[in-house]
Amino acid sequence: MRHTISLFVDNESGVLSRVAGLFSARGFNIESLNVAETLDPDTSRITLVTTGDDFIIEQVIKRFNNMVNVIWVDDLTEETRVEREMILLRVEAKEKTRAEILRMADIFRAKVVDVGLETYTLELTGDKEKVNAFMELLEPMGIKEIARTGTVAMKRDTKNSNTGDSQ
Amino acid sequence: MARMIGAEMFFETLIDEGIDVIFGIPGGYVLKVYDVMPKFTDRIKHVLTRHEQGATHMADGYARASGKPGVVLCTSGPAATNTVTGIATAQMDSSPIVVFTGQVPLPYLGSDAFQEADHIGITRPCTKHNYLVRKAIDLPKTMKEAFYIASSGRPSPVLVDMPKDVILGEDELIIPDEISLRGYNPPTKGDPKQIKKAVDMILKSKRPIIFGGGGIIHANATAELIEFAHRLEIPVTSTLMGLGAYPQDDPLYVHMLGMHGSYAANMAVHSSDLVISIGARFDDRATGGNFEEFSPNAEIIHIDIDPSTIDKNIVVHCPIIGHAKEVLKQLLEALPSKIDFDRSKWRRQINEWDKKHPMSYNQTEDKILTSFAIDTLSKITDDDAIIVSDVGQHQMWVAQFYKFNYPRTHITSGGLGTMGFGFPAGMGAKFACPDKQVVCVCGDGSFQMNMQELATAVEHKMDLKIMLLNNGHHGMVRQWQTMFFEGNYSASRFGVLPDFVMLAQSFGATGLRVDRPDQLEATLKEGLSTEGVVLMEIMVDCEELVYPMIAPGGAMSDMILGVSDVA
Ligand SMILES: Cc1ncc(C[n+]2csc(CCOP(=O)(O)OP(=O)(O)O)c2C)c(N)n1
Ligand SMILES: [Mg+2]
Repeated sequence: MRHTISLFVDNESGVLSRVAGLFSARGFNIESLNVAETLDPDTSRITLVTTGDDFIIEQVIKRFNNMVNVIWVDDLTEETRVEREMILLRVEAKEKTRAEILRMADIFRAKVVDVGLETYTLELTGDKEKVNAFMELLEPMGIKEIARTGTVAMKRDTKNSNTGDSQ
Repeated sequence: MARMIGAEMFFETLIDEGIDVIFGIPGGYVLKVYDVMPKFTDRIKHVLTRHEQGATHMADGYARASGKPGVVLCTSGPAATNTVTGIATAQMDSSPIVVFTGQVPLPYLGSDAFQEADHIGITRPCTKHNYLVRKAIDLPKTMKEAFYIASSGRPSPVLVDMPKDVILGEDELIIPDEISLRGYNPPTKGDPKQIKKAVDMILKSKRPIIFGGGGIIHANATAELIEFAHRLEIPVTSTLMGLGAYPQDDPLYVHMLGMHGSYAANMAVHSSDLVISIGARFDDRATGGNFEEFSPNAEIIHIDIDPSTIDKNIVVHCPIIGHAKEVLKQLLEALPSKIDFDRSKWRRQINEWDKKHPMSYNQTEDKILTSFAIDTLSKITDDDAIIVSDVGQHQMWVAQFYKFNYPRTHITSGGLGTMGFGFPAGMGAKFACPDKQVVCVCGDGSFQMNMQELATAVEHKMDLKIMLLNNGHHGMVRQWQTMFFEGNYSASRFGVLPDFVMLAQSFGATGLRVDRPDQLEATLKEGLSTEGVVLMEIMVDCEELVYPMIAPGGAMSDMILGVSDVA
């Protein structure tokens, strides 16, 4: 099963290798990994997405808990959560496809962030499904390059659960 | 506040931590540490080993015998990589050691400088934590954290990498009184709800058994375990690492379980209705590796300080995360004052199994059997002697035939199975307990992996005995070849062996040899009563096999009991 794991860790060198090492030691692949500082500059938040046997992932999470640099771990898989990812996507923009690309970008609320002689570079934020759907639609026009941030995720604030950001 | 350089802070902090001996070898980036050392040697003994692996096993043996962290000091690159086997050995058996390595100056890190290796990267998977120190002023705090992490919770190795500029850097000495780490809070007491659940399970059980592991020893929980077993009249079996945690003289003791465990212990675990595991992790050598068929009719209570051992191999019904001593106290408190039980049938059954297939050997006049040699050793050593074994057949016979009645008297590399561990670890144990009799029981193969430390032992005028079992073979390899590879003895026989008696003598130690069963006891007695480092070479039969044996992947009730059972 696919798991989204959130870790709060000490913001110092080597921590990422420790976290990643637990996966490589088991021959597991990490699908995506995102790391950045939190409100507290001494702490980083890692969002990690992986697919694997639930039992082994549970073991890995216990090991995370044992790590001196890991302050807090949460498997968000079973939680109601918000998940987002950003993608930069460079697509061929020929005379006859330009309008179509812009129309799709508009529908998906993607932004054009760079215009080349024969390409557009688009920026899109959304959950994994939305990003994948967007890529599929642009595929026939010729996608030249992509850069994805990987998923970031947060538990929903259930006390005040408005889904205003859902799209 | 006193100003000093990192090298001096290093010793000041060790002294503050109560460390009295360190094991190491000087070199490049730690030379300044060694340069200031003479100022501190009135308070800290330095043992110059002949190999960094030896140093690491000595620190490990010291830790296992004393319960206090063992310390290693060495330089970078090849010295640091030489410690890796010892670190991994300590980690697998939860032994607290702290390894200090020198490192290239910070600005040169990652530049392939002379004797540079990525110590942090190399030891990350085999330490509980490791540190690269960046400023001299941080060194004492980092060291205190290292000792705290190594010796609290589930004990484990920690490595501290000290770049040369940190060692030379001058600053104030600030040793913190207390350590607190936001990401590290080792558990102590068990969850009261789980305690209650466990008590209910225990009270309704008819055939309970205690599955005791090394965690009891780390937690110094022997007294609580004895009280607990006696109160409830629960038989106690032990893993290899748990030997000594419970007195083998006690009538409730059922001897070791596992791959080479006793028939009675394995049958008892297999037939039990409640397995109470304390400080054990159900590894494949303890359970036979057939996790599906493990104790099929039992509920399982699993007491362990490390949450990651829970449900790892065997799914348990009642996990209790906590320190074994604390949890046993809680269980004892939670027991009702009057308990009704009748264990006579269960205990009779276990006794019958034991009578049916006791641990035994058949010594003839001809060649000495290792089992007989260990049994003899057991009879003539002090009651609380520390026996340190190597890895192989002789290790299993030590476990089967030596009677351990006290915790920290049986030391062996159980988890990693590191040949060459026994001799240096025995030296470490002797440094920790100079007043106790210490005997290293080594295989001829294993001994050759760290025999250079004879020089260290003689240099320190140690009163240390080595019982070397010479079967001319990698005996355990040969056993597997006999049992599972149709007697294809590929690369298990030594074409050449040193004359071990002369070898010992060449280092200034005493050497003795015996090859006749009727002279064994006399030779052992002579060796044990001779002052200094004594190597007793026992010429043993290479054809003896260790039984019983659960074939790898087998269930605990599936034991090969003797030669006639081998297909
Ligand atoms: C460092 C290391 N290398 C290889 C092995 C594999 N191995 C396990 S037991 C054994 C033979 C041990 O021989 P010896 O020390 O003579 O003991 P014996 O079995 O003969 O009693 C070997 C090679 C090991 N455990 N450790
Ligand atoms: Mg041998």
